[in-house]
Amino acid sequence: MKIGVLALQGDFDRHAKALARCGVSRSEEIQAVEVRKPAELADVDGLIIPGGESTTLLKLMEAWGFVPALEKFHAEGRPIFGTCAGLILLARDVDNPRQFSLDFIDVGVERNAYGRQRESFEARGSASLEGRPTPVEMVFIRAPRIRRVGAGVETLAHHADEPVLARQGSVLVATFHPELTDDPTIHEYFCAMVARAAARRGAAA
Amino acid sequence: MADVNGLRIADRKHIGLAEMLKGGVIMDVTNAEQAKIAEDAGAASVMALERVPSDIRRDGGVARMSPVKKIQEIQKAVTIPVMAKARIGHFVEAQILEALGVDFIDESEVLTPADEHFHIDKFAFRVPFVCGCRDLGEALRRIGEGAAMIRTKGEAGSGNIVEAVRHMRAIVSGIRRLTVLSPEELMTEAKNLGAPYDLVRWVAQAGKLPVPNFSAGGIATPADAALMMQLGAEAVFVGSGIFKSSDPAKRAKAVVQATTHFKDPDVLVRVSEDLGDAMVGIETSKLAEKDLMQTRGW
Repeated sequence: MKIGVLALQGDFDRHAKALARCGVSRSEEIQAVEVRKPAELADVDGLIIPGGESTTLLKLMEAWGFVPALEKFHAEGRPIFGTCAGLILLARDVDNPRQFSLDFIDVGVERNAYGRQRESFEARGSASLEGRPTPVEMVFIRAPRIRRVGAGVETLAHHADEPVLARQGSVLVATFHPELTDDPTIHEYFCAMVARAAARRGAAA
Repeated sequence: MADVNGLRIADRKHIGLAEMLKGGVIMDVTNAEQAKIAEDAGAASVMALERVPSDIRRDGGVARMSPVKKIQEIQKAVTIPVMAKARIGHFVEAQILEALGVDFIDESEVLTPADEHFHIDKFAFRVPFVCGCRDLGEALRRIGEGAAMIRTKGEAGSGNIVEAVRHMRAIVSGIRRLTVLSPEELMTEAKNLGAPYDLVRWVAQAGKLPVPNFSAGGIATPADAALMMQLGAEAVFVGSGIFKSSDPAKRAKAVVQATTHFKDPDVLVRVSEDLGDAMVGIETSKLAEKDLMQTRGW
């Protein structure tokens, strides 16, 4: 199974390492592939959009025609996981300031909503994954806040009563950075999403 | 301060911010207008300073932290992280930058040092620090003091990449050398490097630094940025190279593209077309020892 990591800018390397750790614990081998051009999306089963600067990522995506390529990728049901800046790009609407986003998940997001780096923090929380409560380490860095959650969106984890991990169909988003911890739980959850989607596409083909 | 992998190093959230900047370009800016140009071009962060290094070099005098008002204007103008420089050892400039909410403090040799013996105790702050280095020993001393990111120094304001290359090669080969030493050799190696033993041992096992390693000092073209990335830099700082060129907005965009697509010569050709004039460079081997910025730091 191949999972792409959008490698235009940000902590894509940490996501690739987190996926490699999942590969060790799953029976199936997981290959992390750096994606810098839209054509490289063709042979990956899922995609991670990492943390980084959303304005930088947008410029680089626009320059290479990533927006239509990602729309096609999403329409085919291939799963996408966005952390922090990745969430900002995947959301329906973005505030502080308003900017373009892909609208793949029905949430409203406020950028830099806790403040500057001085206000960055770590927390321990619990996620509800596959119907089970699971402890999760959370690192929030100049993090966005999910201010609105649409009807079709399932909140999988909270911090201080606010949603921090959410899913709608094939799209998973986090306001924090599981890739900066040694805890593979959330990446394993995403790998399972990708495996199921790949099996479905295989059966349909 | 955190205990990361058994080491006393910067907090994970601070090293994490450095991780978020990887593959990006951090651009020196002196006012809000330049900051906006940098952000629009795709900069991952901007560095606020009073004068760009080539002007500091030309005008001389004492180079200090940027005026507070300028930093505030820049913070208002952009949404990307804002860094600012403090003089080596000037922990009160750092306290002011922390109170301003600057996202990363560069304890920088580009400014006139405030202390001839000691760097800032970076663990005493709630914001992360980046520090310059020329070799592995200097990098590990700064990490041991709490730096959350390292950048090779190069020679700021020179527009000449040769010093940046020398420093990056020194770090990369220093790391490689540690990985082949036997355990009993590491203490003497730590002594020779002038570096904390725990960090030397960690790097020998991991084959990398425990914080991100960026490149600075002399990058003037997209090809320079891609060269540093291919040599092992994880992101680049561009100082005078952008706003001392004939078309800053265009050059800034080109350097951003070149840093992402550093392994792709076809992209480098495309972004290097029709860029206008680069900054005029300096032959660094002709600079007097006293005019070098890279020798500042202990």
